[in-house]
Amino acid sequence: MAESKELQVKDKQEVASPAEQTRPGVVFTPDVDIFENDRQINLLADMPGVDPGDVKIDLKDGLLTVSGEVKPFEGKDESDVLIEFEVGRYYRQFTLSEVVDQSKIEAKLEDGVLRLTLPKAEKAIPRQIAVTAG
Amino acid sequence: MFARRLFDFPLGGWQHQFADLERMSRQMDCLTQAVMGRPGMNWLSARVFPAVNLTEEKDKYHVRAELPGIKADALDIQVNGRNLTITGERTIPSEGENIRYHRKEREAGKFSRVIGMPGDIDADKVDAKMVNGVLTVSIAKSEAAKPKQITVH
Repeated sequence: MAESKELQVKDKQEVASPAEQTRPGVVFTPDVDIFENDRQINLLADMPGVDPGDVKIDLKDGLLTVSGEVKPFEGKDESDVLIEFEVGRYYRQFTLSEVVDQSKIEAKLEDGVLRLTLPKAEKAIPRQIAVTAG
Repeated sequence: MFARRLFDFPLGGWQHQFADLERMSRQMDCLTQAVMGRPGMNWLSARVFPAVNLTEEKDKYHVRAELPGIKADALDIQVNGRNLTITGERTIPSEGENIRYHRKEREAGKFSRVIGMPGDIDADKVDAKMVNGVLTVSIAKSEAAKPKQITVH
């Protein structure tokens, strides 16, 4: 088996604000994997600290918006000694090129990773057309 | 004539020059902040995965790290003296044969990090939990390191 590489620290990317924020705090873009097969598009997003109830997924006119709220990790009696990462909301938008069946979208959040399954609409599924000689 | 030119600068001129210098230094600060992000973030970071936040309470230290997609049993946490070691591996399982990637930003790999606590700790009272991809390790301070209330009679 190949030796797996060492993970490096990656700075969290701050969102170039999509719109004026109404609440204070930093907003980050989650790291994502997006892949598709013939039937569906899948999206995995790293959103540590987000409670399953605090994820919002919105699909409108082919624009997919994923956002997640984060509650502050620290208790109120704690004082900072060393701070290497910041905690903030997550926000990211994607334009979908294919038609997605909105009613069948599934979302699951496990261990801080969001898994979105977007099934393609019937007409977007490629099909083989048989040519009959006649 | 010469001496006068050397030493007899008008006082206002000197002050003015320092004001310029101060303004330049302020601009420099703004620039470093813009390049390096918020102050205190990158300067102090050890640049070893995972990035951690260390906070303290009266009788405890809390170490937090964002480790999305890592199961609790894939982590190995040890305490040795004042040092806390977090070792683990993040694996991203294959998603099947017939897929095409549009984006692949999430990374897999091993990591190991030692974090030194600023004071003595009680190795028997360490509690670690994983919630929504965030690891929290709470370590009790040793009796000697806890602050003591002194009553005044």
